[in-house]
Amino acid sequence: MYVLSINGEKHSVDVPADMPLLWVLRDVIGLMGTKFGCGIAQCGACTVHLDGQAVRSCVLPIRTVGARSVTTIEGVGATPSGKKVQTAWLDVDVVQCGYCQSGQIMSAAALLAQIENPTDDEINAAMSGNICRCATYVRIRAAIKQAASGKADVLQTIPAGAT
Amino acid sequence: MNAPAVDLPRRRAIKLGGLALAFVWLGAGGRARAFINARPQSGDAAAASADGNPAFAPNAFIRIDAEGPVRLVMPNVEMGQGIYTGACAMLAEELGVGMDQIIVEHAPPNQALYGIPLLGEQATGGSTSTRDQWAVLREAGAVARTMLVTAAANRWRVDPASCTVERGVVGHAASGRKLAFGALAKAAGVLPIPAKVALKDPAAFTLIGKPLRRIDSADKVVGATQFGIDAKVPGMKIATVKACPTRGGKLVSVDDARARAVPGFVEVVKIGNAVAVVGDHFWAAKQGLDALSIQWDPGENAQLTTAVLTEALAERSRDGATIVGRQQGKKPDEGKSVEALYQLPLLAHAPMEPLNTTVHVTSDRCEIWVGTQVPARCVSVAAKITGLPESKVIVHNHYIGGGFGRRLETDSIEQAVLFAKQVKYPLKVIWTREEDIRHDLMRPMYYDRISALLAKDGRPLWYSDHITSGTVLARWLPDGMSKEGLDDDVIECAAETPYAIPNCHVDWVRHDMPRGLHIGWWRGVGPTHNLFVIESFMDELAHAAGKDPVAYRRSLLAKDSRALAVLNLAAEKIGWGQSSLPPRVGRGVALGSPFGSHICLIVETQVTPQGEVQLRRAVVAVDCGIVINPSSAEAQMQGGVLFGLSTALYSAITLKNGAVEQSNFHDYRNLRMNEVPTMEVYRVASKEAPGGLGELGTAIAAPALGNAIFAATGVRLRSLPIDRSQLVENADSLRTVVTDSGHGGHQGPAKV
Repeated sequence: MYVLSINGEKHSVDVPADMPLLWVLRDVIGLMGTKFGCGIAQCGACTVHLDGQAVRSCVLPIRTVGARSVTTIEGVGATPSGKKVQTAWLDVDVVQCGYCQSGQIMSAAALLAQIENPTDDEINAAMSGNICRCATYVRIRAAIKQAASGKADVLQTIPAGAT
Repeated sequence: MNAPAVDLPRRRAIKLGGLALAFVWLGAGGRARAFINARPQSGDAAAASADGNPAFAPNAFIRIDAEGPVRLVMPNVEMGQGIYTGACAMLAEELGVGMDQIIVEHAPPNQALYGIPLLGEQATGGSTSTRDQWAVLREAGAVARTMLVTAAANRWRVDPASCTVERGVVGHAASGRKLAFGALAKAAGVLPIPAKVALKDPAAFTLIGKPLRRIDSADKVVGATQFGIDAKVPGMKIATVKACPTRGGKLVSVDDARARAVPGFVEVVKIGNAVAVVGDHFWAAKQGLDALSIQWDPGENAQLTTAVLTEALAERSRDGATIVGRQQGKKPDEGKSVEALYQLPLLAHAPMEPLNTTVHVTSDRCEIWVGTQVPARCVSVAAKITGLPESKVIVHNHYIGGGFGRRLETDSIEQAVLFAKQVKYPLKVIWTREEDIRHDLMRPMYYDRISALLAKDGRPLWYSDHITSGTVLARWLPDGMSKEGLDDDVIECAAETPYAIPNCHVDWVRHDMPRGLHIGWWRGVGPTHNLFVIESFMDELAHAAGKDPVAYRRSLLAKDSRALAVLNLAAEKIGWGQSSLPPRVGRGVALGSPFGSHICLIVETQVTPQGEVQLRRAVVAVDCGIVINPSSAEAQMQGGVLFGLSTALYSAITLKNGAVEQSNFHDYRNLRMNEVPTMEVYRVASKEAPGGLGELGTAIAAPALGNAIFAATGVRLRSLPIDRSQLVENADSLRTVVTDSGHGGHQGPAKV
C-alpha cells in the first residue's frame, strides 16, 4: 500500500511496487489528464511534478515516489507558474490536437517556477524532452515568453464572447 | 446545391486537390448519396430525437432547447486542425449567437447527415472540411436564424425584416420587444423550412475572419479533454496487444505461464495474427504481454527487406505497364535534357495518442468508444465482425490526439472488436508505441523518374514524370479508381503544376506492396510526394538553365496570378537575393497549389561541416482563399511545415525479415524544440472560396529544405529522409567534436 499526495490530496493505492506513476494516476486513481505517449521517457506526454520538478511518470516506479508531492495537469493551475502558463497558452492558442499539451504545460510550469525569465537556450533545455507531433513549438516558445514577461509579442486570440 | 460535383470534367476535378479529387471523380459512376445539407434530410428527425429531442432542430447541425446553450453538431472530427472552431464560427456567424453561447457535440455515425461531398462519405481528411462546410454551414445557420426570426415576427405580428438578431436574442427595435432563441424554439420548430435565405455580407462578419480562440483550448490546457484513450466505462478492463512482427504472419501458440503470475493479470485473448493480455490496469497488461512466450508463423514475408521492396519498384519502373495520367502535346525533338531519379520512403503516422479502442460486446449490442476520422466505417466493420445489425452498433466518437491519416483506418478498431467479443466485460485495448510504429498502414514508397527538355533560354519545353508506387485508394475505396485503373492521388500536383510548360507526359506504374504490408493516407497525401519531386526538379531545371530559382519560377507563372503572388510575397519577406549568406548557409524555395490553396515556403538552413542540417528560418506565404480563423490558419502553417520538415530530416520506416525495424520515438525521430527555426507566416488576402489548410504546409516542406541544402552545399538530395553522409564537408570534419548540433536559429534571422 502506497500513500500518495496528489494535487494536495492523499490517495492510498494498493499496486505493484514497479508500477509507473502514470498508470497509477490514470488507471487506479482516474486522473486522465496525464497522457501515455511512448512509455520510455522519449516524448514527455506523461510529465508531472515531483516536489515541483518535472519528471516523466511513465518510467517512475511508484515505490520511488515516497512522501514527495505529486502535481498533475489537473492541479498545476493552483501554482503561480502553472496558472501563468495556462493563461498564456490560451492567449496565443498553443494547442492543436492537445494530446501532448498536458506534458508541455507541466514542463513549462516547472521551468518558470525555477527561472523567472528563461532565455531561448533555457527554454530549449527544459522543453526538448516534450514532443509535439502537431509541432506547435513556435507557439509554445511564444507562450512561455509571454507567461514570463507578461508582454504580448505574437498574435493574440479573441476569447469566446469577446467579439 | 449540395450534390457532389459529378458533372465536373476531369481536369477541374484534379484541380480540387489531394485526397478529395478521386472522390469527386467517382461521382461520375452515378452513386447517389446524401451529404451534409443546410436543410432537413430523411433521417434528420430520428437523429435529433436521439440527440435529446430538442424543440428546434432545423438541420443536422443545430439543436436549440427551451433552456441552455445552443448545441452544434460537428460534421467533421477535431484532431488538432481547428475545424470545430471554424465550423462553430460559420454556424454561429449566420445563426446569430456568440461563441460563448454554444456547446459542441461530436457527430454520431450517419453517412447521409454528415457525409462530406469531397470525400463521398462521413470522413475527415484531404483538407476538405472547410471547403465542404463553407457553403453548407453558413446556410444552415441562416436557415435557423430565418425561422427563429419568423417565429418572433409572427408572435409580435410585425414584418420579419424589421427584426434583428444579436447573441441569441431576436429583437424588434420599434417596439422594444425581445425574445431569446430558447423561448422561440418550439414555435420555430413547427414552421416550414425556408427555400431561400439571405447570407450575411462578408463585410458584416463579426466572427469569420477574426483570430478566434479555439473552442477546445480551455479544456485542453487543464487536461479535461476526453480523448478516446480516456474513456471510462464501468467494469472495464485494459488490454495491450502484440501482433505478429512479420507483416502478414500468424499467431501459432502462446505460453502464458509466466504472465499468469503478474499481479493484476486477468486473461489472454487471441486472434489469428495477434495476442492480447487483459489486466486490471495497463501496467498489468503490459507486464503480462512481456511475459508471454509467443510462437509466430512469419509467413511469406519472412525474408522481406526494404532493399527488396526498392529493387522491385525499380524493376517495375523499368518495365511495368503504364497508365497515363496526363498527356499534353508531344515531346520536342530538341532541347537540353535534364533527368533525375527521386525516391521517397515508407512513413509511419505516429500520432501522439497511441491507437486505442474501448469495446463492449453483448448478445444484442456492440458499443464502441474511440477517436476516429471515419465513424460510419466503424459501425459497418463492427457489425460485420459481431454479426449484429448496424443499428445495434453504437459508436461514441472522441477528440482525436492526432490523426494525420492514421485514423482514417479501422484496423485497430476491428482488432479490438475481435478481442472484445471473446470477453464479457468492456475492454479497452491500448497499443503500445512500439505496436503503433510497427503496425502502421504506412505512407507508400515512391520511385519516380523525371525528365525535362529545356529551350536555349532555359525555359522548359516539356517534362515527363514516370511514377512507380502502390495505391492507397485501390484498397481504401476501390470504386474511386478511374476506369483506366488510375489512382488520381498518385499523380496529384505532378500532372498539374502552376507553371506554363507547354508539353508534358505524366504516367504511373502500379506496383502493389506484398500482402500484409498495407499502405495508407498520410498527411499531405499525393501532394506531399509529388511536390517533393516536382519542386526539387524545378530547382534542378533553374540550375541547369543558370537561373535564380525564384526568378525562374516567376518567369513561368504569368498565367497563375495566385501562385505568383505567394512566390513574390515569400521572396520579399525573406529578402531573397538581397544579401549574401555565410558559407554553408542556403535558402531554398518551393511553390505549390494543392488542396485548393496556394503556398510558397522558403527555408534557410545551415549545414555543419559534419553534415548536420540546422534549420535557421522558414517563411511561408499562403493564399487559402477566405480565411475563417486567421489564428488557426497561422497555426496550421507553422505546425504543418514543421511536421513536413521533421519528416524530411528524420523519418523512414524500414523493414527487415518482414518486420518494421523502428519502434518508438528514439528511432523514429521527431523535430524537437531546440531544432525549430524562426517562422513567419504571411497571407495573401483573397475573396475566393476557402481552400484547404491542414496538409498544405506539410506538402511543401521537403522540397524547400532539399533546395536550401543544395544552395548551402551544392549537393542535390533526391531521396528522403536527408542523407547526412552526403553532406559531410570533408573527412576531417568528422573528427571535430560536435558540441551544439541541435542549435536552431530561433534567436532571429541570421545577421549577414
